Amino acid sequence: MEAFYELLKNFNFLLIGAWETLKLTSFSVGIGLILGTFIGMGRLSRYRIINYPCTAYVEFLRGTPLLVQISIIYFGLPQVGIQLAPYPAAVTALGLNSGAYIAEIVRAGIQSIPRGQYEAARSLGLTHWQSMRYIILPQAFRNILPALGNEFITLTKDSSLASVIGVSELMRSGQFVISRTFQTFSIYFGIAFIYFIMTLVISRIVRYAERRLSVG
Amino acid sequence: MLKRGLAVLAVVLLVATVFFPQSLNTIKKRGKLIIGTEPTFPPFEFVDEKNQIVGFDIDIANELAKRLGVKLEIVSLPFDSLIPALQQGKIDLIIAGMTITEERAKVVDFSKPYFEANQAIVVRGDSKFQPKKIDDLVGKKVAVQLGTTGDLVVSEVKGIEVVRFQKFTDAFLELQNGRVDAVVLDEAPAKAYVKKFPKFILSTVIDTGETYGIAVKKGNRELLNFVNQTLDILKSTGVYNKLIQKWFE
Repeated sequence: MEAFYELLKNFNFLLIGAWETLKLTSFSVGIGLILGTFIGMGRLSRYRIINYPCTAYVEFLRGTPLLVQISIIYFGLPQVGIQLAPYPAAVTALGLNSGAYIAEIVRAGIQSIPRGQYEAARSLGLTHWQSMRYIILPQAFRNILPALGNEFITLTKDSSLASVIGVSELMRSGQFVISRTFQTFSIYFGIAFIYFIMTLVISRIVRYAERRLSVG
Repeated sequence: MLKRGLAVLAVVLLVATVFFPQSLNTIKKRGKLIIGTEPTFPPFEFVDEKNQIVGFDIDIANELAKRLGVKLEIVSLPFDSLIPALQQGKIDLIIAGMTITEERAKVVDFSKPYFEANQAIVVRGDSKFQPKKIDDLVGKKVAVQLGTTGDLVVSEVKGIEVVRFQKFTDAFLELQNGRVDAVVLDEAPAKAYVKKFPKFILSTVIDTGETYGIAVKKGNRELLNFVNQTLDILKSTGVYNKLIQKWFE
């Protein structure tokens, strides 16, 4: 009973942490979306000079643990003179990482649009960029929404790894509360509950967007 | 000649600032002393009900900053990340209930000891197992906090199965769940924990003769001297005793 009471009493701390998690995830998703869109397109380029680096980027960031990437950006980069505070370091790592996954989603999305659409756009006189911008990407976006939603949910949970470099997001806020109240189980349970609510809301928003877009 | 002298002086100063990034001047110029700590270690450092990092160590850090005439900035990091952060210049010093050990002293410079910390062995209240010395733990499973003195003490002894956690509270959860036989940790947090949860008992306190120190980057003499002088002043003026009373009694 005391455990439950302590959880309620300290719930506002967890909510402050949850707000940090939400901000951290939003910034990272923003970076990831921009990076991922360009790198995803780059992977389909017929020019090797564009194609190869984009492929290398995706393979490297997908092929190494996020925890290691966060540690390299925070503890490793000072070796070459780049000092990032915990928060910017976390946003950078999470953004770069999700960029790689989103790039693969975007690539698959573009490939899901029949080639005839692109050829038709070009034969109507649109340039390559115009075809992408007005014909291919909007259709691709509709197809990849479920996969993007999945990535947002994954990133929300993965942002807890930022706690290892001291970002006071939900996980670390919870640890602070635990160290003060010693209520390990109930606080971890509260943390899990808040993560669950956040990801549930994201999944509902994505589903709503899917429905709206599929009508048009 | 004067110009030349000034040029030489400028070069010397430049080199000095490049090679001693955490010298006192840099800290003063920056206007803040940046300390690293892991605020999950009451009463030394923890986050209070107002979401502020407070504790015995933090008060000492505040005294250091006050005497330098700068503000205090606290970077909160997991305990095992503190030394890397110091080495990479993320923080000026570590004050985190850190025991002075030979291994750590190879990579950082420690101040004079400012606190005596013995190790406590905690077991479940209903268990018949009552270890009175570290050797009693041979053949048992023991939970510790990663990178702490407790970790070092039990890891040195052959035959103890050590399970390491990021947080000592997780180590206690493991003890409660019956997956380990004991938890070894510093005396002060052990006492605080057992007081709150009588289902655990403090089996024994081992006088390890270990002490806490403030760590600075290897070779940062200037800051180290300042820290040592300040600790002396705090002790001779009674501030230190007041802080002990405030946090431990």
